[in-house]
Amino acid sequence: MFRILKKQKLNDSVIRMEIEAPFAARRAEPGQFVILRADERGERIPLTIAGYDRERGTVEIVFQVVGGATMCLGAREEGESIPDLVGPLGVPTALEGLKKVAVIGGGVGCAIALPVARKLQKLGASVTSIVGFRSRGLVILEEEFCACSDRFFLMTDDGSYGEKGNVCAPLGRLLQTETFDEVIAIGPLVMMKFVAAATRPYAIKTVASMNPIMIDGTGMCGCCRLTVGGETKFACVDGPDFDAHLVDFDEAIRRSRTYTAFESRKREEHCNLFRK
Amino acid sequence: MIDHSLKKTQMAVQPPEERCKNFREVALGYTEEQARAEAARCLGCKNRPCTDGCPVGVDIRGFIAHIKEGNYGEAYEVISRTSLLPAVCGRVCPQEKQCEGKCVRGIKGEPVGIGRLERFAADFHAKTATKLPEAPEKNGKRVAVIGSGPAGLACAGELARRGYDVTVFEALHVAGGVLVYGIPEFRLPKEIVARSIEELEALGVHIVTDAVAGKSFTLGELREAGFGAVFLGTGAGLPKFMGIKGENAKGVFSANEYLTRVNLMKAYEEGSETPVFRAKRVAVVGGGNVAMDAARTARRLGAEVTVVYRRSRAELPAREEEAAHAEEEGVLFRLLANPKEILTDGEDNVIGMKCVEMELGEPDASGRRRPREKAGSEFVLGTDCVIMALGTSPNPLLKRATAGLETGERGEIVADEDGRTSLEGVFAGGDAVTGSATVILAMGAGKRAAAAIDEYLKN
Repeated sequence: MFRILKKQKLNDSVIRMEIEAPFAARRAEPGQFVILRADERGERIPLTIAGYDRERGTVEIVFQVVGGATMCLGAREEGESIPDLVGPLGVPTALEGLKKVAVIGGGVGCAIALPVARKLQKLGASVTSIVGFRSRGLVILEEEFCACSDRFFLMTDDGSYGEKGNVCAPLGRLLQTETFDEVIAIGPLVMMKFVAAATRPYAIKTVASMNPIMIDGTGMCGCCRLTVGGETKFACVDGPDFDAHLVDFDEAIRRSRTYTAFESRKREEHCNLFRK
Repeated sequence: MIDHSLKKTQMAVQPPEERCKNFREVALGYTEEQARAEAARCLGCKNRPCTDGCPVGVDIRGFIAHIKEGNYGEAYEVISRTSLLPAVCGRVCPQEKQCEGKCVRGIKGEPVGIGRLERFAADFHAKTATKLPEAPEKNGKRVAVIGSGPAGLACAGELARRGYDVTVFEALHVAGGVLVYGIPEFRLPKEIVARSIEELEALGVHIVTDAVAGKSFTLGELREAGFGAVFLGTGAGLPKFMGIKGENAKGVFSANEYLTRVNLMKAYEEGSETPVFRAKRVAVVGGGNVAMDAARTARRLGAEVTVVYRRSRAELPAREEEAAHAEEEGVLFRLLANPKEILTDGEDNVIGMKCVEMELGEPDASGRRRPREKAGSEFVLGTDCVIMALGTSPNPLLKRATAGLETGERGEIVADEDGRTSLEGVFAGGDAVTGSATVILAMGAGKRAAAAIDEYLKN
């Protein structure tokens, strides 16, 4: 069993949890993920690691309550335990040797972008962070990003906080006068697609962190497959990071909708359960 | 008295029209009378051809003699001396190619129903046993087993019996490997697998779930932690795809994914948290046991199902019994046909599969006649979902994390007859070595490796 040591609401629908998982914490690196189950009948939920503390033997996850499974997880309280947590899975984000990097986070993806930015800063790289949210109420981790970035841009779609617009606006401006060793994009598929489009003309290496539907996370089901440079790859074992200029984002977006109807039905059911 | 009837004693099955609507076990097993009647067909041959045909060498003549006498408990004891999972093997072994294939009675008429009798003895034991086996005294030596499928469980059980302190590491949240995620409930109830694992635990085997070798820990770390030897029974989990257009559309799944959702995650149950794609029409590509499992599962989820296979019925690699069960349940077969492209609408939903008719040419290396396309014979099979059951290859995860572990062309771990790999103290067996094969072959490999590990640790 894996105990929830800390639970914190980052905004109305995003929750941070610190979970006791010494096995996973021991080897976790930014960019890797864990799979957990909220209860004995629960679905396997893949979540990218948002932080880890090797000494305390904990991993941190940040997730948005979107469907039935995340709703169950979100209902677990501090001090309670979840039956399963396996990891770290996937290949860590390659950060060694980078001198100047733009880290782009969108929505809840910022939680995963943060450890990447932190590690880059630790490695001595110059970090430009650009984060985007739909509106002010959804902003998360602003201070934390500020603390590990040389430059920080905060965007909201509706302009209710920070600068109005999406993450590509400041990125586009910067690219006109300077360059980066690498751009790392973590967030909604559409955002990553547009970041890739923005950097492509400058041929700046751009990495997208993919989070497709998954079951086992060890290469067994093939559910997480995506097309990268015309080849089929499994996000769980070959990724989750891929060259954003080669990822077929349109296909990934379509595949991500495979169970949309089921998910919204489940959400309804769970909402009704919690209402009772 | 020997019963000279040419046919096996019939075993009751759920009627096809009923069972295609539920996930309960299809074959219902022998009653005591039926078991004794079938046991009476055994000639008790001195040279024991049946045992030669068994990958783990069960004393078949011996256990059947006990059933004949009505000593079912003893029959179970005899089997369990050599086989760890009789309830599983009695159900899923391809007996027609093994023990029963060698049975003298099969020369004229049907062989003795050895599988059915094994299952009977195991089920009788499960129903009547009041206590779990006792753990033998430990010798203080630790062995790590990676993977809790048939190879890993057999290796672990054998080593535990020899007094080793065994820990099994499993990547998923439940132990059992392909027995729980792959083989459907209607062919192998999960309760049976769970009980077999409970018995192993009673023998002193520790099972650690949620632990991925090569990710959660490395083999080197295991050795440092005091494990004297490691057995790799990681199976062949990586699904194959065809590489045709449309294969990444929304309604296309590997059989592994489809079956895992249904078997491991229980997506067929009302109120399950895990979704499974509910299609009106399902096409299953492939002709092996996994293809039959996927087809019969889809049928139970209410679909009209067509198996598309590139050779003819005679070359179908699935067990005859599985194919026949599928047919009885209304699964359609489009034989001598091969997919060329999966057709989709603008939203990437599957709307059909373009196939081409095949004909059989000269035999290939496998001895089966090589299929080739018939020119101008393309046709479209209407379907909303495609399940690829083309076989699997060994998972590269462990190999990538383990320097010096030699693997072959298809990613299979290179090991000798007794499971020795290129790394000192590291053994392997089962599908991880052979590529996808059968439960019993994996168990045999696990057992042989256990003997080799015993030998290695003694010296």
